[in-house]
Amino acid sequence: MSAAVPGGTPTTGDLLYSDIEDDLRASVRALVDKQAPWDAVLARTDTDQPVDTDLWKRLTQEIGVAGLPVPEERGGAGASWREVAVVAEELGRAVAPVPFLGTAIATALLSGTGEDELLAAVAAGERTAALAVGATRGAGRPVPVTVERQGAGDLLQGTVTAVIDAVTADVLLVPVSEGLAIVEADGDGVTRTTAESLDMTRRLTDVTVDGAPARIVTGPGVDGAVDRALRIGAAILASEQLGLAERCLADTVAYLRERHQFGRQLASYQALKHRLADLWVAITQARATARYSARCAADDSPDLPIAAAVAAAHCSEVALLAAEEGLQLHGGIGFTWEHPAHLFLKRARADALLLGSADHHRSVLADLCALPS
Amino acid sequence: MTATDSPPDAGSLDATALAARVEEFLAAHDPSTTEPGEFLRARFAAGLAWVHYPAGLGGLGAENGLQAAVDAAFAAAGSPENRPRLNVIGLGMAAPTILRFGDDAQKERWLPSLWTGEDIWCQLFSEPGAGSDLAGVGTSAVRDGDAWVLNGQKVWTSMAHHARWGILLARTDPEAVKHRGLSYFVVDMTAPGVEVRGLRQITGEAEFNEVFLTDVRIPDDQRLGEVGQGWAVAQYTLMNERVAIGGGTLPRESGAVGSLAARWREHPEAHTPGLHDRMLRLWVETEAARLTAERLGQQQAAGQPGPEGSGVKITYARLNQECSSLELELRGEDGLRYADYTERRPEVEDYASRDAGWRYLRFRANSIEGGTSEILRNVIAERVLGLPAEARADKDLPWKDLPR
Repeated sequence: MSAAVPGGTPTTGDLLYSDIEDDLRASVRALVDKQAPWDAVLARTDTDQPVDTDLWKRLTQEIGVAGLPVPEERGGAGASWREVAVVAEELGRAVAPVPFLGTAIATALLSGTGEDELLAAVAAGERTAALAVGATRGAGRPVPVTVERQGAGDLLQGTVTAVIDAVTADVLLVPVSEGLAIVEADGDGVTRTTAESLDMTRRLTDVTVDGAPARIVTGPGVDGAVDRALRIGAAILASEQLGLAERCLADTVAYLRERHQFGRQLASYQALKHRLADLWVAITQARATARYSARCAADDSPDLPIAAAVAAAHCSEVALLAAEEGLQLHGGIGFTWEHPAHLFLKRARADALLLGSADHHRSVLADLCALPS
Repeated sequence: MTATDSPPDAGSLDATALAARVEEFLAAHDPSTTEPGEFLRARFAAGLAWVHYPAGLGGLGAENGLQAAVDAAFAAAGSPENRPRLNVIGLGMAAPTILRFGDDAQKERWLPSLWTGEDIWCQLFSEPGAGSDLAGVGTSAVRDGDAWVLNGQKVWTSMAHHARWGILLARTDPEAVKHRGLSYFVVDMTAPGVEVRGLRQITGEAEFNEVFLTDVRIPDDQRLGEVGQGWAVAQYTLMNERVAIGGGTLPRESGAVGSLAARWREHPEAHTPGLHDRMLRLWVETEAARLTAERLGQQQAAGQPGPEGSGVKITYARLNQECSSLELELRGEDGLRYADYTERRPEVEDYASRDAGWRYLRFRANSIEGGTSEILRNVIAERVLGLPAEARADKDLPWKDLPR
C-alpha cells in the first residue's frame, strides 16, 4: 500500500482576483445593493413571490450573469467559472433570492450534453432551467432515479422532492434511467409545490410528474454530466458561502464597534476580538479553497473533484460558523425577525446541506485521497 | 559603485536574463570541483545569492519573485548549500534588518559571510521577563565612550550555540516610556562576558538557549538604527519572522498531516469511524491552510502584502498540534512510548523524521514561538479588523516605574 496521496500536488494556479473580476463584482454589488437590500429581501419572504424575478432579469440582461461560463460560439459571454464564482460571492453576500446557483448547475449539465439550443437560451437569460434532483445530493455518489418513463413512450411518472431554484424555472432537467429528460415546467402533467423552507430566500420545490411529456437525451456521457454539474455546483456554492461569511463578519464587526455595554465598546473586549480574529482566519482559508475550486472548474482541471470537495467541506462550516457567531454576537437584537441575522443563518444552515454535506464531501475525499474508513 | 547602488540595468533583468547569468556562472564555477566555500563566495560576488538585494551585496536589484528559479537552477546543478536551516535566523531575519537599517560598512561587513553560511546568526530578543511584551526587555546597554556595556539575560535563543553573531534588543534609556528607550545591536557571540547555556525543554532536548550577558562591550559601530529607535528595528525583524514561519508553498499532505495520513494508510487495523472523521477534518483543514499560504505568497508576489501571515501561523500551529495528537492516538500502545528523553543538543533536521511523541511535544511550542497565537489574534483584531487596541497600563510611565 502506498503511503502517499494519489496525484501528488497539482499546480495551484492563480488564486487572486483579476481586474475584470473586480469590475464584475462592483457591477453586481451596485445592482444588488440597490435592488435587493436586506429589508427588501426580508419583506419578500412574507409574500407569495419568493423569487425576485425583476432582479434576476436585470442580472441576466444588464450584466449577463447566466452566460458567463458559456463560450461565445454557444451563445454565452465566453468568461469562465471563475467569474461565475465572483457573482456567487456577491449574491451570497446579499442572500439574493434569484436562481443563480440552479442556473449554474443546469448550465454545466447542458454544456456537457450537447443541448446547445436550450443552453443558448439559458445563457441569454431567456429561459431558466433547473436540475431536478434532491437538494442534498452531492457529486461523487450516484443520484437515485425517482422518475421513469411510462411504458416505452415519452411521458414521465414520478416525484422528485426538494429541488432548488425550480420555483420559477421554465424547464426541468430530470434524470431518468435512460438518460436525462427535458420537461417543460409549466406543461401538462407537471405539478410543482413550493415548500415552506428553512432558507426562506431559496425555497424548495417538490416536483411530481404524472404523464408529463418529455424529450429524452441519451448517451454514455449523461450520468457523468450530472455528476460533473453537481461538482461544479459545489465549487460555485463554496463562493456563495464565502460571500455570506464575509458579510456576517463585516456586519458583526460594525455592530460591535457601535454597541456599548459596561461603558465600553463591545469591540474592545478581548474575548470577542479573538472570536472575530478566528473567524477572519477561517474566512481567508475559505477564500483560498473557493478560488482554487473555481480555478479548477474554469480550467477543467483533473484536480477538480478534490478541489470542489475541499471547498465544499470547508466553506460549509465556515459560513455556518460566521452566521452563528454573527447571530450570537448581535445578542438579543440578532434573534428578532426585523434584523437580517436570521436570513444569513438560515441560508448558511441550508447551504451546508446543499449539494452534499461537509460529511458527504469528506467521505468523497476519503476515496479520492486513499484514506479509507 | 557603492554597495547600495543598483546596477544600470536592474529593472530590466528578467527571468531569462537571470537564467543566462546562472548558466554563465556555473560554466565558470563547476560545483563538482569548486571548494564549497569558494563557490558560495563567488556566487555572492556575482549577485546570484539573493537577486533582489543590491549589486555588491549578493544581488542584482532584480525582482524578489525571480529568486526561486535561480535557487532551483543552482540546486539542479548540484551546487553547495549555504546552511539555510542552521542559519534560518540570519537569512530570514538578520539579513533584511541589516539591509534596511545598516550603513554601508555594516552591510559589507556582515552580509557576505551571513549569506554563505560561514557565520551563523541568532536572535537575542526574548527575556524571562519579556516574552509577548517584548518592548519591556530589561537587558541594559550603558554608553561608555565608543562602546556600550551590556548586562542582562536572554532566553529562547535558538542557534546561540552555533552562532557567531546575534541581533539584540537592549534598553538604553530606562527613564523613557518603554518603546522609546530601546536600541538594537549586533553582538559578537565570542566576546568576553557572553555565556550560552542550553535550556532543556519538554522534549528532553536543549534546542534553545539562555544567554547571559555580563559586562559585554559592544563597539558603537555595531548598533543598527538610531539610539532609541530599537523598537522600530525589532518590529521590522519580527515582521520578517512571521513571513519566514508562516508563508510559502508546500506540497499537498506535507508536514504533520503527512505523517498522520501515511500512518493511516499503513495501519488499516487501527481504523475506527471516530478517528476517520477526525483525520479527514484535519486533512481538509490542512489543504485549506496550504492553499491559503499559497494565496498569501501570490499576494506578496503581486505587491499586495497582506496581514494573512499571522493567520497562517496560527493555523499551522493548531494543525501541527492536532495532527500529531491524533497520530499518537492512532498509534495506540506505541503512542505511549517515547524515543529518548536524554538531555542533548538536537541536530537541525526534518520533523517528519522524528518520533511521533517528540513531534507532539515539540509542536506545543508552535503556538508560543514567533508570537503566541493569542498575540497574533490581537494583531488580526486590531490591524486587520480595526477593533480597539487592548487597554494599556504602560503607555505613559517611564519603563523603570512599571510594575514587574
